[in-house]
Amino acid sequence: MKFRTLKRHFREGIKNIFRNGWMSIASIGAVTVTLVLVSAFLIIMLNLNQMAKKVEADVVINALIDLTADSEDIKALGEDIEKLDGVESVIFSSNDEELKKFMDSMGDEGDSWGLIDQDNPLRHTYIVQPANPGDTEPLAKKIEEMANVYKVNYGQDVIKNLFQFNKYARTIGLVLIGGLILTAIFLISNTIKITIMARSREIGIMKLVGATNNFIRWPFFIEGMFLGILGAIIPIMSVLGIYYYIDANVVDRITYEFFDILPFNPFAWQLSLLVLAIGALIGIWGSVMSVRKFLNV
Amino acid sequence: MILMDDIYKKYANGVTALNGISVDIKQGEFVYIVGPSGAGKSTFIKLMYRQEKPTSGKIIINEKDLQTLQEKEIPYLRRDIGVVFQDFKLLPRLTVYENIAFALEVIEETPRNIRRRVMDVLDLVGLKNKARFIPDELSGGEQQRVSIARAIVNHPKLVIADEPTGNLDPDTSWEIMRTLEEINDKGTTIIMATHSKEIVNKIKKRVIAIENGVIVRDEHRGEYGYEV
Ligand SMILES: Nc1ncnc2c1ncn2[C@@H]1O[C@H](COP(=O)(O)OP(=O)(O)OP(=O)(O)O)[C@@H](O)[C@H]1O
Ligand SMILES: [Mg+2]
Repeated sequence: MKFRTLKRHFREGIKNIFRNGWMSIASIGAVTVTLVLVSAFLIIMLNLNQMAKKVEADVVINALIDLTADSEDIKALGEDIEKLDGVESVIFSSNDEELKKFMDSMGDEGDSWGLIDQDNPLRHTYIVQPANPGDTEPLAKKIEEMANVYKVNYGQDVIKNLFQFNKYARTIGLVLIGGLILTAIFLISNTIKITIMARSREIGIMKLVGATNNFIRWPFFIEGMFLGILGAIIPIMSVLGIYYYIDANVVDRITYEFFDILPFNPFAWQLSLLVLAIGALIGIWGSVMSVRKFLNV
Repeated sequence: MILMDDIYKKYANGVTALNGISVDIKQGEFVYIVGPSGAGKSTFIKLMYRQEKPTSGKIIINEKDLQTLQEKEIPYLRRDIGVVFQDFKLLPRLTVYENIAFALEVIEETPRNIRRRVMDVLDLVGLKNKARFIPDELSGGEQQRVSIARAIVNHPKLVIADEPTGNLDPDTSWEIMRTLEEINDKGTTIIMATHSKEIVNKIKKRVIAIENGVIVRDEHRGEYGYEV
């Protein structure tokens, strides 16, 4: 195909959008609604994912050491833990350090605990960082069974709930997004089909005048692509606008440590690009699907 | 140029439109196809650019054997043939200009040449002032002339015209005939189905008469031969 023919196909495809009037607007509307919902789901899902990762990554295993263990035992235990599969790092924290951490975490209130200083009730602890957050639980179980380990803490409940929640959110989100995209493709190919019924005669004429199937298909391809891109404009503007607002105003007011959304730049831009691509693909698929059966004239 | 050997055509509804047709038309000939309505003239013509396939028999057009022609080669066969359709077959949403330009866009002609040739041919059929009209805004005769313009704009080797003067007044008819003769003088083969006794008897050419799907007469410089 020559470049001027490609130009011709672009011109024809765009002209067809105008020639089809309300049908084009209906298709664009279908894409718009779909993409608004899809991008809302994507924002929520990707951010939940991000938060979950953050919490997961923060989780460490605290292995409290038996009071009866002497320094030899403690050293041996440390080496044993280090040898376990999936351990990223092992840090020893004496009971004094643990107490200091505890007091720091209490803030001003911590000072009033100062009197305990002399009689520290806390234990020496190994802080174990798993290489893979998903391994936390089995790793903790293994460490718990080792000699001289009194107890392990690793935020058991938090992890379990988070994993569960995240898994459900992801599955439900993906199913909904998939369903929405299929619906939009169906709607578009239907609207284009309605206009194409009228056009099936035109396609027949084009073939009689010597047009190849590809020559006929191209403008439909372009038309679908532009319908999809036009349908992506409102969703993209909403994504950028709303996300910018949240990023600038809401996040700072929420002080939960793990509540931290993906930064506007580059996330909002990447998402916009993705939404644009999904829109274009929906449009192209819808229109190319609908033209296919009319080409066998 | 055109060779048909023992062609039969039976439509899906059971009508046998052609019943053993054999014909040989050389490059540069001008041939009238005459015969009563329903005789099979249009069917005969449609076989040449593969709008219809014969039920049996051999057809060779431009050295291409249509029996073995692959689906994807059909567009290229059609580009060498300019067809004036009995029902015009104009693209309803394109302007007169765009309809004619389409035949050139298909063969990837340059925009400059497209503009020049479309304007030339519009001038030839006397529709320059209606270039921006869509087919619905034209009379039957004007639509027919657009169809003629589209058929000849890319200088095909073969022009097939199914009653190209059927909707035209006598003056315009003679003009169209002059145009076709001019093209024919330059070596283009012309096949024309017609019911016009005046034209056939005045501009003497080869006449093939079809009745009930068979050729009943094939004469050089023939007469129309039917009373109107
Ligand atoms: N697509 C079709 N399907 C079924 N039968 C058809 C079809 N086209 C034509 N016929 C039949 O084939 C026969 C020949 O038709 P054709 O159109 O070739 O006649 P014609 O000689 O061109 O007539 P006219 O002078 O009226 O144009 C007719 O009986 C017609 O009913
Ligand atoms: Mg006919």
